[in-house]
Amino acid sequence: MGRYIRKRIVMMFFLLIGMTFIVFASLYLAPGDPAEIAAGPSATVEEVERMRVYLGLDRPFFVQYFTYLTNLFKGDLGTSLITRQPIRDELAVRLPNTLNLAVASMIFASAIGIPLGIIAAINKDSWIDNTLTTLSLAGISIPNFWLGSILIITFCVQLGWFPTGGMDAPFWTAHGFKQAVLPALSLGMQVAAGFTRIGRSSMLEVMQSDYIRTARSKGVAENRVIWIHALRNALIPIITQMGTSFGGLLGGAIVTEQVFAVNGIGSYLMNAISQRNYYAVQSTVLVIAFMFVVVNLIVDLLYSVIDPRIRYE
Amino acid sequence: MKREHPLRTAFRKLFQNRLATICFFVLMIELVLILFAPQIAKCDPNETNILLRLRPGFWASSDPKYVPEHWLGTDELGRDIWARLLYGGRVSLMVGFTATAIGLFFGTILGLLAGYYKHLDNVIMRIMDVLFTFPSILLALLIVAMLGVSVKNATIAISIWSIPSFARMIRSRVLQIKQEEYITAIQSLGATDFWILSRHVLSNTLPTIIVIATMRIASAILSIATLSYLGVGVPVPQAEWGGMISSAKTQMFQAPYLIIIPGIAIIITVICFNILGDKLRDILDPNLKD
Repeated sequence: MGRYIRKRIVMMFFLLIGMTFIVFASLYLAPGDPAEIAAGPSATVEEVERMRVYLGLDRPFFVQYFTYLTNLFKGDLGTSLITRQPIRDELAVRLPNTLNLAVASMIFASAIGIPLGIIAAINKDSWIDNTLTTLSLAGISIPNFWLGSILIITFCVQLGWFPTGGMDAPFWTAHGFKQAVLPALSLGMQVAAGFTRIGRSSMLEVMQSDYIRTARSKGVAENRVIWIHALRNALIPIITQMGTSFGGLLGGAIVTEQVFAVNGIGSYLMNAISQRNYYAVQSTVLVIAFMFVVVNLIVDLLYSVIDPRIRYE
Repeated sequence: MKREHPLRTAFRKLFQNRLATICFFVLMIELVLILFAPQIAKCDPNETNILLRLRPGFWASSDPKYVPEHWLGTDELGRDIWARLLYGGRVSLMVGFTATAIGLFFGTILGLLAGYYKHLDNVIMRIMDVLFTFPSILLALLIVAMLGVSVKNATIAISIWSIPSFARMIRSRVLQIKQEEYITAIQSLGATDFWILSRHVLSNTLPTIIVIATMRIASAILSIATLSYLGVGVPVPQAEWGGMISSAKTQMFQAPYLIIIPGIAIIITVICFNILGDKLRDILDPNLKD
């Protein structure tokens, strides 16, 4: 077990280095000039040059990259070219909103998607299965920004049940719950549909295995076979899917935050892109990718706890 | 007796499925509509008319504001929605196909090399792993943010974003094919690697390629719509489905149809590609997982 964890952590370390390199290089290769943005629109050529030296942009690529990397290790995500504030602080204010949204969506998606997948599998080839399979296909085909807009039109404007946007409280409080329902629904729909599809196919696979037949022939009640014997093994691929889906939720949150006017890191990223605030773009992308990698590491480790076969590969 | 080509059998089976057939024909109709957009839509998609702003479509034909010439209504600048829908579909499908084709091209090459040559496997797949650390559209956003907003850059961004998943799936298929005895047989006959890869391995990965390409077109269309909605895909005023929804944001309470109509176009297209991909997978490559 210890060896497995160590191997995974070493791999994660190299992934993170690769990730920082891509993010850094993409900025370096970009046609825009951060020094010009930082110096402002009315700056003279000398001022831009002075800014370039100040930002260290006149040094060779690898020197710049190395400085960037050491700063990252110290927890320094750089300074915003526009507000001159540390990007870390600007992100720290917004991150709780994004995580709140992502976690609420994940809970919604798991609570809806997984049971539906299992129901589809135990009713294989019936009308229930066909309906659920078609619905889950529709679910992965609906753009979340469209769903969000339609939900706002229906539930906020026509029915007036929920606020049209904003997020300032965690979803488990009454106030925060009302704010989180629609964003979580629109963001979680695709993930829920994905869970239904994976849940169905993995349940079907498990139900065909020998140990299920043994359990049945021993006279174990069908309900117990499905929900106790089969589900435990069927959950393994679903848990992996949860890890990957969390990334999808973080990426999708960029869009959902725009629709529901949530002040999260997704909105911050889009703002940074439109202002060509390169350093802020870099750091936000890095933070999102970093969270994704860490969550996947946790899922992998969790996975080896549930399924001991993985460890010995 | 002449044997039917396996792909032909597959397509024959596909058309025995009612849902898949419907999807195929819906996409064909859509293709015809957008190809002949200039002939079918009578209006210019970018022509504004301040006097004909936000006119409702056929569902409100008794409304005195309804203009039969604009049967799907007009948007906040008085542009004809039907024309924008057709011309927007051109962009969505073109980006979807082009980005998938480019991603497929590089993804297949990388997947073939990684699967066939053990010493390249680690290098290629670790690079793909790094690209995989950017979830969903994040990588595409990063690329567009750096390159600037244009249709070309959005296409590049989406194709780069699809390379890793193509490479990964092709690789795992190649690893299986490599184990087959006929490959060992050809190798022992002295065939060159290039010959084996291009003649035998590639043609056997074709079913996998068809399945993932079909599904990937669906996600590429969703991605370009999403990028345009975020304002970094197709630049305004050029029509694109996601962009149409985005520009209708301020009008969505007075004129919800501005959001509903392009959304339905996206959903129908994406659903059809997804269903086709699903059915093709059941027929061609049942072991392939999402």
